[in-house]
Amino acid sequence: MIYKHVRGSGIARTAILAAVMGLTISACSPNNTEQGEFVEINKDPFPSSYTPLPSTATLIINATILDGNGGRVDGGSILLEGGKIVAMGPDGPTPDGVNVIDAEGRWVTPGIIDVHSHLGVYPSPGVQSHADGNEVGEPVTGDAWAEHALWPQDPGFVRALAGGVTALQVLPGSANLVGGRSVTLKNVPGRVSQDMKFPGAPYGLKMACGENPKRVYADGSRGGDFRPHTRMGNVAGYRAAWAEAQEYQRAWDKYERDYKAGFDVLPPKRDLNLDTLAGVLRDEIKVHMHCYRADDMGTMLDVAKEFNYKITSFQHAVASYKIADKLAEEGVCSAMWADWYGFKMEAYDGIRENIPFVHKAGACAIVHSDSQSGIQRLNQEAAKALADGRKAGVDISKAEAWTWLSLNPAKSLGIDNKTGTLEPGKDADVVLWSGDPFSVYTKADITFVDGAVIFDRNNPDSNPVMDFELGQPGEGDVK
Amino acid sequence: MRKLVSLVAVAATMMSSAVFAEDIAITGGKAFTNGGSGEVDNATILISDGKITGVSSGGAVPAGYRVIDATGKWVTAGFMAGDTNIGLVEVALSGGIVDARADKAKDGIGLDAAYAINPASPVFANTRIGGVTRAMTRTSSSTDMWMGQGAIVKLTDDDVVVKERAFLGLDLDEGSAEKNGGSRAALWSQVNAKFEEAMRKKGSSTTKSEGKSDAKPKKPSPADVAMTKVMNGDMPVYATVERKADILQLIALKKRFDIDVILGGAGEAWMVADELAAAGIPVVLDPSANLPGNFDTLARTSAAAGRLHNAGVKVAFIPPGTHNTVLVVQNAGIAVSMGMPWAAAMDALTVNPAEIFGIDDSYGALAAGKDADVVVWDGDPLEVMSSPDVVLIAGEQLPLVSRLTKLRDRYKDLDRAPAFDK
Repeated sequence: MIYKHVRGSGIARTAILAAVMGLTISACSPNNTEQGEFVEINKDPFPSSYTPLPSTATLIINATILDGNGGRVDGGSILLEGGKIVAMGPDGPTPDGVNVIDAEGRWVTPGIIDVHSHLGVYPSPGVQSHADGNEVGEPVTGDAWAEHALWPQDPGFVRALAGGVTALQVLPGSANLVGGRSVTLKNVPGRVSQDMKFPGAPYGLKMACGENPKRVYADGSRGGDFRPHTRMGNVAGYRAAWAEAQEYQRAWDKYERDYKAGFDVLPPKRDLNLDTLAGVLRDEIKVHMHCYRADDMGTMLDVAKEFNYKITSFQHAVASYKIADKLAEEGVCSAMWADWYGFKMEAYDGIRENIPFVHKAGACAIVHSDSQSGIQRLNQEAAKALADGRKAGVDISKAEAWTWLSLNPAKSLGIDNKTGTLEPGKDADVVLWSGDPFSVYTKADITFVDGAVIFDRNNPDSNPVMDFELGQPGEGDVK
Repeated sequence: MRKLVSLVAVAATMMSSAVFAEDIAITGGKAFTNGGSGEVDNATILISDGKITGVSSGGAVPAGYRVIDATGKWVTAGFMAGDTNIGLVEVALSGGIVDARADKAKDGIGLDAAYAINPASPVFANTRIGGVTRAMTRTSSSTDMWMGQGAIVKLTDDDVVVKERAFLGLDLDEGSAEKNGGSRAALWSQVNAKFEEAMRKKGSSTTKSEGKSDAKPKKPSPADVAMTKVMNGDMPVYATVERKADILQLIALKKRFDIDVILGGAGEAWMVADELAAAGIPVVLDPSANLPGNFDTLARTSAAAGRLHNAGVKVAFIPPGTHNTVLVVQNAGIAVSMGMPWAAAMDALTVNPAEIFGIDDSYGALAAGKDADVVVWDGDPLEVMSSPDVVLIAGEQLPLVSRLTKLRDRYKDLDRAPAFDK
């Protein structure tokens, strides 16, 4: 079924029709013919089937706690119960009937949230059959949804659990100007992708600036003669797409107005690409835009104003430090690496102080991976950025730096009301680290998602092993 | 004042490498003189003429030496990265020529990276300011399975090649099989044929020189010269192989032709650690690689480096990409976090690659007679939050400045037109 018939029930429909007809008669207008059913697009046709795994009430005591809001408690406790954080603060009395973990010498933080992953859409093994992340062929593919390609058996999900990652956004790649919809996941194994979908998380839209789209379409090997070939063509492509999306949204608005006015009108022809773009214009879908150069970002900020939409984040953003003040003013997040640079021209100016400089300017800084390897050590990426910032004179505490790993990512994904800090009432997405997570030697001892132990370093037999790795060399090994 | 002195010294070295012979004493630090061992507290390290002349605890500083105070700091040899394209790539993607990719070259064996290395690449400075002072570098693609002859470099501003034609690259992984006949069956038959031909030539050249003394010898091609060196044990083969079965084939190849072999990549090497140790094959690997990238690397794990070390295999590390060659140090820390002893990981950054690539006579330890590659760190060098305070390469103190630090300084405080800030 493509359309959701909102007023499907016969009784309700009759009642509403009567009301509408009464209205139209008194208005003495359109006609007296019966209206067809009002057509409304189902915004959630692939709903989350996520359910938390079983958990036991757990009290972690004696820990160094970073609360994710920039606060730190030495000698603190946190109580996880019913999948939620129930209490957090200095050590106090131990309630009855809970599992107690003495975290002497160990640290507790909110689970890491990676806003830029291709796990599941470019899974391991990275063979051609698994290359499901770029719908190359035409440059605007808002109808491509990452969740439709997501392979829940990617061993990379389990490696990321070992790195303390409790939630992640999986995005389409950057070959296209508009790559398609992202999906936000709880990092808990599932049988189908819906089992992993973060309940209530809004959709994201992946867009891309700069070199990738123009290279992909300019090299002539894609079987079509598509624009763009230049950055000019890129921007022309975004603007044309937004203009079309505005027209599409107007058509649906008019349909709704006319229907409510009693006319027997047909809805506009459904366009799956424009559904997504119109969702951005209605502020229901968040734009996450791959953009390296400062000037590309500056252009996009104006495109967003021209078409009255919001860019939630620039992804990679290696030159955000050059316009950090503007990004702070516009309220746009930058999702960055600690030190990747140089692999292409638009990455040539990446500096190791990018993250702390963006933070210093008061803009939203996020540490991201874009890598099945990097996602396993995002805490170390934050540590490197913190150290480089301090050496450049930017004074940031470890507790503040953790906002780059959980709260700021949660905000940019629209899930900060549920996760990202250790506040009571939030999902118990928590990591118990073997020591200071800003050390290369520290590992996640236990990764909790919704209070359930999903990964336990000291109990390796209990950890998940993906189907692909069963019966293969290295199955169940320490990785 | 010391800053002024060091600036003068740097200026002097830039004018002429012949007059850089500054005498330097690094004092007061905790030194690791031999990889991760040979700890010397309150170390005095004396440097003269580009060489280390002595290391002692609390030793006196002779007159005329510039003193670098390393009290409370850690001192190590400069680190070495195991497998890079440094100097052979500026921007890999759509950024002009990449000398590391000899994709149109007809003779993979004859490729000589030393001719292509560009010391002006900003990657040199970007890397050395992180305490990495040496690297193996090579061409890593060609039209066939042979990757040419690579070099060992020091990360100074000029005279960077310390050993040219240091090894012959041979790619034996899945991608190479795909390119060279579409099957490992085809790949290995070509490789074996090449070694058999070289073996025959080796035998016949001896016979000829004894027999027809009047015959004019044909000038050997660069490839013939390289293969002769390999067959004579004068040049090792750096073979990139991942899968266990293929690594066993490589061990057999080494025995069949009695050649020196270094194993690179080595995703499943830990599964045959004892066999590698017995065959005397060292392993160069990236300890962060722990996912099955393809069917070649199913059993990869970050625990591999520790397992290989425990079995007696000599290990060195590959960084995650040439621009981030400096991250070879983080990779060593990752290996430690997954079970490799700290001292062994330090060895894998210094003495091991020095021995594996044949420059241990001049580099790899803080010992009299070695080139003075010395780094003073503000903490445990393997920690991600540590960094160098002082970097010397072959006795020259290089400023901790690179294109990236210049960008950093320019944009630290934002203004209307940073282009005027120099």
